[in-house]
Amino acid sequence: MTEVLEVVLRIVLVLGAFLVLPLLVGQTEHKAMAHMQSRLGPMYAGGFHGWAQLVADGVKFAQKEDVVPAAADRAVFKLAPAVAMIPYLVVLVAIPVGPGWVGHDLDAGLFFVLAVMGVGVLGALMAGWASANKFSLLGGLRTAAQLTAYELPFILAAASVAMAAGTLSLPGIVEAWEPWWLLWQLPGAVVFFVAGLAELQRPPFDMPVADSEIIFGAFTEYTGLRFAFFLLAEYAGIVVLCALTTVLFLGGWRGPFDDVLGVVWTLLKTLALAFVVIWLRVSYPRLREDQLQRLAWQGLVPVALGQLALTGVVAVMVS
Amino acid sequence: MKVPGAGLAKGLAVTLRTMGRRSVTAQYPDVKPELPPRSRGVIALLEENCTVCMLCARECPDWCIYIDSHKETIPAPPGGRERQRNVLDRFDIDFSLCMYCGICIEVCPFDALFWSPEFEYAELDIRDLTHGKDRLGQWMPTVPPPPAHDEHGVRPKELDAAHKAVDKAVEP
Repeated sequence: MTEVLEVVLRIVLVLGAFLVLPLLVGQTEHKAMAHMQSRLGPMYAGGFHGWAQLVADGVKFAQKEDVVPAAADRAVFKLAPAVAMIPYLVVLVAIPVGPGWVGHDLDAGLFFVLAVMGVGVLGALMAGWASANKFSLLGGLRTAAQLTAYELPFILAAASVAMAAGTLSLPGIVEAWEPWWLLWQLPGAVVFFVAGLAELQRPPFDMPVADSEIIFGAFTEYTGLRFAFFLLAEYAGIVVLCALTTVLFLGGWRGPFDDVLGVVWTLLKTLALAFVVIWLRVSYPRLREDQLQRLAWQGLVPVALGQLALTGVVAVMVS
Repeated sequence: MKVPGAGLAKGLAVTLRTMGRRSVTAQYPDVKPELPPRSRGVIALLEENCTVCMLCARECPDWCIYIDSHKETIPAPPGGRERQRNVLDRFDIDFSLCMYCGICIEVCPFDALFWSPEFEYAELDIRDLTHGKDRLGQWMPTVPPPPAHDEHGVRPKELDAAHKAVDKAVEP
């Protein structure tokens, strides 16, 4: 009985994190981006500095009509938002936030997380194909091109950490982590974070949803709640990417007083990284399609391979 | 020497610095803007000063001032003769046509027209933008006092003339 209760509790906690953290990141984006552009951002919703803006947005999305284009592939079109959103929810289960604080401790956690995150991008592909819209199709194809280019350095960088720690378990990686890894794994960390940004199609890698060229890419035909699900998937993706970077490269819950404050450390590092994601969005212009591909194949892949070689050499020397 | 990636760092620094500064957003309906003293918001009419000389209506580049008047005879005072006076019937400014050039105010020889900084008189119907003389008169209390003379500037001739007149009256 207690076992069932524990499972239910873990699931509720993960679901709560999935619903709260993306909103927190979204609100931070609203305000931080506004102030970086010398604006104020939302000020009315909720009374105090627009804290309820995203709640108001959610209510608005729920009220909107759910339109499916006549020529669309209805089943695929309707399924796409779920395919985009649910993988991030599933990934969240495997990410440890503190010692013993994990939805489910998987032996091959890293493998599971990377595999499932790859599924999330399929949602955008399905949406692009099923919308019966040229802009959507272009956006979907760009998503596909971006995914193939950036999945490789993403996984190579993650593999480097797994090699260093000698385990695929995410809590195991955090346990094995030492502060000097920050320097040792730095190129890998940068590659992982940048490639992750590109997979999430966040600016400056938002070519697939470039609004000034192809309206909103694969999501052009979506309205109401389904569109909101895509947005939620994007912000959940930010949370997952930042949490993963924290766990793999920044030592997760490790830090001063980590036996008490472990969870706080993870959350703090994750939110700091989420701020960096927002900061990059405000600072840099969008990369062109050819620049995107060049960065991936000529920049990130060689660096990731170099990191892998370095990790191998150092790991052998240390042991 | 140019450090690779220096431009990227500079870009990040600019946004971070801007985040530390106060934002420039004016929260308009909640906080009224601070307008400069000679803002051209709306034109106010001081009806008593108007002599219906029609200069403003004639000089208006887009003909947005409409004036009607009639003559009234003032009964003769003892030992004098009857005089006639112009009485203003209608003084409309159509603010949907007005281009806020201020020529009417400049040409008015009797100081009957003034700039007021009030600007919140948008209407749902364009015809309501024609302000009659009552509405124009209601703007008068919002007209700010004229700015003080520059103490190092040339003294206004009116002031000199007045002083001269006073001096002449005091020490004949």
